[in-house]
Amino acid sequence: MSAQHPPVRRHSVLTLAARYREAGIVIFILVLAALVTLRAPAFLTLNNFRDILLNISILSIVALAQTMVIITKGIDLSVGSMIGLVAMMVAFVFKASPEFPVALSLPLGMALGAALGAFNGLIISYGRVPPIIATLGTLSIYRGLVFFYSQGTWINSFELPAAFKQLSKGAPLGLPNMVIIAILFALAVYFFLNHTRTGRNIYAVGSNAEAAQMAGIPRQRIIFLVYVLTGLAAGLAAVLWVSRFESAQTNTALGFELQTVAASVVGGVSISGGVGTVPGVLLGALLLGTIDNSLPLLRISPFWQLALQGLLILAAVVVDNLILRRSQRRGRR
Amino acid sequence: MTEPRPKAAPPAAERSAGATISAAPPRRSFLARFQRWEWMLVGLIVLVVALNSQLSPYFLDARNLSRTSSDFMEIGLMMLPMVFIIITGGIDLSVASNLAMCASFMGWLFMRGVPIWPAALAALLLGATGGLFNGLLVARVKLPPLVVTLGTYAFYRGVAYVLLGDQAARGYPAGFTFIGQGKLPGTLIPFSVALFIVLAIVFGLVLHRTTFGRTLFAIGNNENATAYSGVPVARTKIIVYTISGLMAGLAGIVLAARFGSTRPDIGLGLELAVITAAVLGGVDINGGIGTMGGAVLSLLLIGLLRFGMGLLNIQGQVQGMVIGLLLILSILLPNVARNLSARGGAPQRRSLAAAAALIAAFALFILFFFWSRAQVLGAG
Repeated sequence: MSAQHPPVRRHSVLTLAARYREAGIVIFILVLAALVTLRAPAFLTLNNFRDILLNISILSIVALAQTMVIITKGIDLSVGSMIGLVAMMVAFVFKASPEFPVALSLPLGMALGAALGAFNGLIISYGRVPPIIATLGTLSIYRGLVFFYSQGTWINSFELPAAFKQLSKGAPLGLPNMVIIAILFALAVYFFLNHTRTGRNIYAVGSNAEAAQMAGIPRQRIIFLVYVLTGLAAGLAAVLWVSRFESAQTNTALGFELQTVAASVVGGVSISGGVGTVPGVLLGALLLGTIDNSLPLLRISPFWQLALQGLLILAAVVVDNLILRRSQRRGRR
Repeated sequence: MTEPRPKAAPPAAERSAGATISAAPPRRSFLARFQRWEWMLVGLIVLVVALNSQLSPYFLDARNLSRTSSDFMEIGLMMLPMVFIIITGGIDLSVASNLAMCASFMGWLFMRGVPIWPAALAALLLGATGGLFNGLLVARVKLPPLVVTLGTYAFYRGVAYVLLGDQAARGYPAGFTFIGQGKLPGTLIPFSVALFIVLAIVFGLVLHRTTFGRTLFAIGNNENATAYSGVPVARTKIIVYTISGLMAGLAGIVLAARFGSTRPDIGLGLELAVITAAVLGGVDINGGIGTMGGAVLSLLLIGLLRFGMGLLNIQGQVQGMVIGLLLILSILLPNVARNLSARGGAPQRRSLAAAAALIAAFALFILFFFWSRAQVLGAG
């Protein structure tokens, strides 16, 4: 699993590979869009593009957070369960008090999610439980809490205030609020990862944990932080989820963790840590969203969706591997 | 450099449990450790049995136990090769999807008029092929097992949906459903349990009594060193993943026979149960450590816990919560104990403040959790 390339050349080689990668996804999306448009002209409309953006907003938010975790060599399998639990709690708040200020629901969701993320971070960074085991456990724990919390009841559309339902879909600024929130979140993550000391430390911890520690980077605190941020992102996504789909169910976002990891991996994030960019992940989410959107237009059975997603993940990692090997060989000459 | 980390000992101690071992670890101490863990599991099992037989008069009923035991055999069948894989330092997230692909393929063939036994054989072959595909990507293309099997987790489940769609395959003959529902003649032992016991013994012997088994531990401890000492590491890994696929196919047949029908969502999420059982059994997720006995004991513990909670009318998802907590605690508690004994001295004021802030945050969360719940559901 560990990277085998010489650390000295790592930076230049990998940024080069990453650049190829992003161009590759763009070309792939364009070719796909052209092919789909030939068969179904309805694809190339402003309305459809807006649909795709709406569909990938939530995915992008959580996938960007998942990316930060994967950069530190971790993984967070509990994001789907965190979304499910926070979604149910926020929906309960609105059912109990419909006059609850809509604008406050976003910070409320983020705070609740951050608390769940802090629990993950605590057992992973300070308890030294391997991330996959810890979040496998909390995947079950948080999902169990959804059932315990709601006693199996659902919150339906009529139980939610109209203003809250408009929170995601309303478009006072031209684009739906949800898309704007996702764009702002992506910008914030981009700035954080590239232009703050803590953000750079995330890459350092993932590239070489021991060297990072010797350089005085507080490794445990960084790892704790990325899980808190992932919880926060999941909480934000949960509020948008309830507002968009106008319901909270016990199985809300079940299995969503797979899609977030898929968007990251397709976007060029390396599961061995240290590598990943915000534009790449956004393109990965866009590719997944475009495929999901074009299947019904091409009258392909929706049952193909999952199989195609799987193939896409495999294709992405195989291509990454080839790029890496080739650039390594070139670097050695 | 705000928080000095003057701990020289813990990193070294951590490394001996990690995947990047460079020197051969002292074998004796590991043996001592996992045997202690097995006794711990036995103790927990005794505790669960004692508690549950107090709480419910139906717990120690032989017929009930016989019926519930077959509920866990598909997990058990997939757990056996999962122990192999995790010991080599890998993981297979695709087992439950592979199970669904095989069961759906069998059902798809059966609905097209293929007799059930050839269809089942084809399902086994498909399972092995699925495992082989994982193995080739992991061992030959050298991709991380986590990503490979995450990809095939989606792909194999997707194939199951493509094959059956929203249909269900049913109408399997009685001779076939015996695999999942029948009991050994004259006893209360389900056929699937007998099958599992036999296979568990075989897998245990292979792991602990053969050269092949030793190489699995060696690969998990230090893959490069093992390769340099002449072990065909890639081939061994391919074999292990192929066996995992084959057993997923077998589990698919058993589960389809138990249900008497197949839908593409069959066995959804079982991979988590399989990995939980293995890790709770003391198999180290970083590879190199584990016993088959521990894994089987932990499966028994999980089964008894779930059965007992089911008798007390505790929802399935809440049962899952208890298992998840157990999984985390099984790794967390030894780590915390080691940290406490290694640290010594008074904790710093800064970390105390951080701990207090965290506790306050969790307390707020819990308060809000119950308060908002009571607002909707009432105080009950």
